[in-house]
Amino acid sequence: MALFEAIHLHKRFGDQVVLEDISLTFEAGQLSGIMGPNGAGKSTCFNVLTGHYKPNAGKVMFEGKDITGLPPRVIAGMGIARSFQLMNLFDEFTVIENILVALPESVAKSFNIGHDIMGNSSATDRAADVLAKVGLTGRELELAGNLPYGERRALEIGVALASEPRLLFLDEPTQGLGADGTARLEELIGELKKTYSIVIIEHDMKFLFGLADTISVIHWGQVIAQGSPDQLRDNEWVRASKIGDAA
Amino acid sequence: MSTSFAKKTPFITRPMIVLFLALGTFPLWGTSVGLYDYLGVEIVIWIIYALGFNLLLGYTGLPSFGHGAFFGVGAYSYGLFQLNVFESVWLAVAAGVVGGAVVAGLVACFISHRRGIYYALMTIAFGQVCWFVSMKWHTVTGGEDGLLNVHRGTLNLLVTDASLKDNADLFYFAFAVLVAVVLILWRLVHSPYGKALQAIRMNQMRAGFVGYNVWLIKWSVFTLSGAIAGLAGGLFAIAQESAYPDVMSLHASGFVVMMTLIGGGFVSFWGPVIGAIVFFVARDFLGSITETWLLWYGLMFMGVIIFKPEGIAGAFQDFVAKRRARVEN
Repeated sequence: MALFEAIHLHKRFGDQVVLEDISLTFEAGQLSGIMGPNGAGKSTCFNVLTGHYKPNAGKVMFEGKDITGLPPRVIAGMGIARSFQLMNLFDEFTVIENILVALPESVAKSFNIGHDIMGNSSATDRAADVLAKVGLTGRELELAGNLPYGERRALEIGVALASEPRLLFLDEPTQGLGADGTARLEELIGELKKTYSIVIIEHDMKFLFGLADTISVIHWGQVIAQGSPDQLRDNEWVRASKIGDAA
Repeated sequence: MSTSFAKKTPFITRPMIVLFLALGTFPLWGTSVGLYDYLGVEIVIWIIYALGFNLLLGYTGLPSFGHGAFFGVGAYSYGLFQLNVFESVWLAVAAGVVGGAVVAGLVACFISHRRGIYYALMTIAFGQVCWFVSMKWHTVTGGEDGLLNVHRGTLNLLVTDASLKDNADLFYFAFAVLVAVVLILWRLVHSPYGKALQAIRMNQMRAGFVGYNVWLIKWSVFTLSGAIAGLAGGLFAIAQESAYPDVMSLHASGFVVMMTLIGGGFVSFWGPVIGAIVFFVARDFLGSITETWLLWYGLMFMGVIIFKPEGIAGAFQDFVAKRRARVEN
């Protein structure tokens, strides 16, 4: 059984069909990529998969359970975390507080008004561990809003990791990063790949080809190609877009 | 882990001790500086009200501009309970809390999926509905005159009874309630619940994706805030020996917003406390000079919003930070 499956998804906004019969499968322990040109429906697809939008038809399955149309918080509770393309942090919290509020035990205790969350050393230690994973050790007490762009990207992934997900979705993680930042991110994700099942949506093909085990290409709201990076290098669309050369 | 980032939240802090000592002794020194006991009662009641209000505005970022409704419901609940049910200060105050919570809980059902301007407008609308009902439902509320026969009663303290007739005695009772509210809210804002409130203020969507039940948290904090407003309203009914529609009006609802903002509720737990004190001192001080004191208070409010939106607490924090920087250099 696949870890995550999308089966015949359709999504319309008014008259406009954005996703047309999309089926995707993500296996546990793998890094799966979704790519495609701007406007291909990648982001919509991502938002449907993570519960932000409801599909008009089709099913989304996680670990054999139907999660179609469940609210994001329920999906999050089942072990799916996501990062955002546009930065989505708690800016007035410190870096470590950003992680702390995202820990499952904080969410579980969200109506416990007697618990001293900042004084719980096992929780703060765990948060510090997450920060170490994304390379933010030493920045714990900085306000998230004051971090430089690259570190905000890393924290964005850290917040997603904090929930100890069984499946991690990353939405265009290289967005806005320069060559240096992208290289560092590639290293970080290469490291995370060893412990997490990951799905990345990305238009930087070079980045994705270097990391992914399998890639699905989406265009005009449909999956037009699927396979390993090697298989896709020979794909017509990838070749036509000339970015295959770069990979 | 070499360094731990755990930082325990103390139950009692220095600002608390300062507040409790300075305010708790008010009847002993108030009159000698030209103030009077009843002013202390008012200040304490509005501090409670503003602290509860700031859970919504400052912590969760939810603008409630009709909050007087719950203060008023608390006052009416106190009066109606005392006049129709049972003669007990404790139970009547409890009725105020429950009344505020129930009405706020109902209102919250209709607004908790909203935020920003729509949230604000709907709170105004519901506030106006409550005010209108209190004006028109003569048989229950006494209409514009309000409930007239409310009396202060005696407080059952198990070993002894204390009459609340004297303003100083009423002050100590209200102050004891304030101490409890401060201690509880201080824990609350440092709990996972308090962090969730702030997370919703900063980024409601992300809070949902992290796994928080945003709707339920917004509903509960509005209800809680309404309960605290009801508590303050119940005390107000004792103080005024009456309950009347004026406290539910839009301009009375505006006072608590102004207090919280001038004091600096967005940046400090203590903002509403400072704001309530400043408001009443300004009322008495400016009011003794000119009848149009609200005009000057309003100008002061505008000045704060333009030049220091973080309020008095924000200005104080800047001052402390600057001084610390000077000492370190």
